[in-house]
Amino acid sequence: MSRRATIATARRLLDQLRRDPRTLALIMLVPLVLLGLLKLLFQSNEAEFQHVCPPLLGIFPLIVMFLVTSVTMLRERTSGTLERLMTLPLSRGDLVAGYALAFALLAGVQGVVASAFAVLVLGLDVQGSTVALIGVAVLNAELGMACGLGLSSLATTEFQAVQFMPAFILPQLLLCGLFVPRDQMAAALEAISAVLPMTYAYEALADIAVGDSSGAAVAAAVTLGFCVLALALGALTLRRRTD
Amino acid sequence: MSTAPAISIRGLQVDRGGRTVLPGIDLDVAAGRVTGLIGPSGSGKSTLMRAIVGVQNVAGGTVSVLGQPAGTPSLRRRVAYTTQSGSVYDDLSATENVRYLARILARGDDEVRRAIDLVGLSADADRPVGGLSGGQRHRVSLAGALLGTPELLILDEPTVGLDPLLRRDLWALFDRLRDGGATLLVSTHVLDEAARCDEVVLLREGRLLATTTADGLRRETGTDDLDEAFVRLIERQDGGAA
Repeated sequence: MSRRATIATARRLLDQLRRDPRTLALIMLVPLVLLGLLKLLFQSNEAEFQHVCPPLLGIFPLIVMFLVTSVTMLRERTSGTLERLMTLPLSRGDLVAGYALAFALLAGVQGVVASAFAVLVLGLDVQGSTVALIGVAVLNAELGMACGLGLSSLATTEFQAVQFMPAFILPQLLLCGLFVPRDQMAAALEAISAVLPMTYAYEALADIAVGDSSGAAVAAAVTLGFCVLALALGALTLRRRTD
Repeated sequence: MSTAPAISIRGLQVDRGGRTVLPGIDLDVAAGRVTGLIGPSGSGKSTLMRAIVGVQNVAGGTVSVLGQPAGTPSLRRRVAYTTQSGSVYDDLSATENVRYLARILARGDDEVRRAIDLVGLSADADRPVGGLSGGQRHRVSLAGALLGTPELLILDEPTVGLDPLLRRDLWALFDRLRDGGATLLVSTHVLDEAARCDEVVLLREGRLLATTTADGLRRETGTDDLDEAFVRLIERQDGGAA
């Protein structure tokens, strides 16, 4: 792997985002609007807001980053730029690491902005550490990015890539424990949810909300493991030679 | 030819989607020359070029580039490639596009400027490429291929959509690169451009019709009109096969 090629790729992606202020604004603002909506929705039930806000603080960015990353990677594939990169001294790992770096930066800013908004404007008050909350919210966005990158090789058009959101993300959202606690699920569903990455991303945030820092640490570590796995999958499914 | 060929292809077969695109090609591309790969669209030119730069799945045969199997990692610094689609980031400027490639190749900003200048894009260097014409996009791509001193340039239809003046300038640039020691393989579907090449390879439906020079082609077919020469070659081959 070459650090030079990785950094060059990350800078190029950030240049592209800079040139697309509307996407940048959507990435930053959409989670805020959704969290604000949530606050209004639970106007008469502040306890419920305090319960669902921390997980969604991670899950909204996760979805946004999943979409942005998978479409960006797919575009690279369909525009021919990937083919050209594959003829240059840049390894598949360099490319994926460049993506991870650039979108991690973006996810970082997004996570901080959304968490600050939730705590300072919406009055979110978690039992655990606010810094940990921000960290895990960022980790959620990273997971979305990594899964988007990992799955993008399965899509051949942007239409398909967008459809991966309902296909891969929504089932995880239903099973992660937000709607029905996992221990109340049918045994088969609980078993399935145990191998889905979003389950742990959710758990880490929910644990911080109730002040269970050791539970949060374990769940965050598992989430990080899924990130690495998805990125490795992204690198392995890139092909230098194609039909 | 006293020196070894820059590209040596033996029995190259490529299948795409259950269809055979190249049924088994043998071809040598001379070092230090500008070779034109000429044929109608769909004749397999891009597939052949993709095989040479090592991004094409091949079903059989060997492709040797600068003495090494195509796709060998060390070739990635020695061979430059532009695709037919241009392969540029539309949301970035010409400078940003070329700079990205330069950073991968560990080349400085002065070389980025020089490359953009060589393709005549300095005036539009900072506009997003998406707003440029098709020909300009191709030139951005070409600028990327000029970084460093590649020994072999594989250029897929680099002059498509360019006005005659620019086309002339680019062919002059190809000559200069050759004079500097580089080997160029340039594809085109414009037969007139065959006259600008040192060597001409004619491709039709995945088969080599002829490997010759523009003059040789005229002599062989007895016509000055390259379009007509191509037709006569096809007729001769079809007649021979019947």
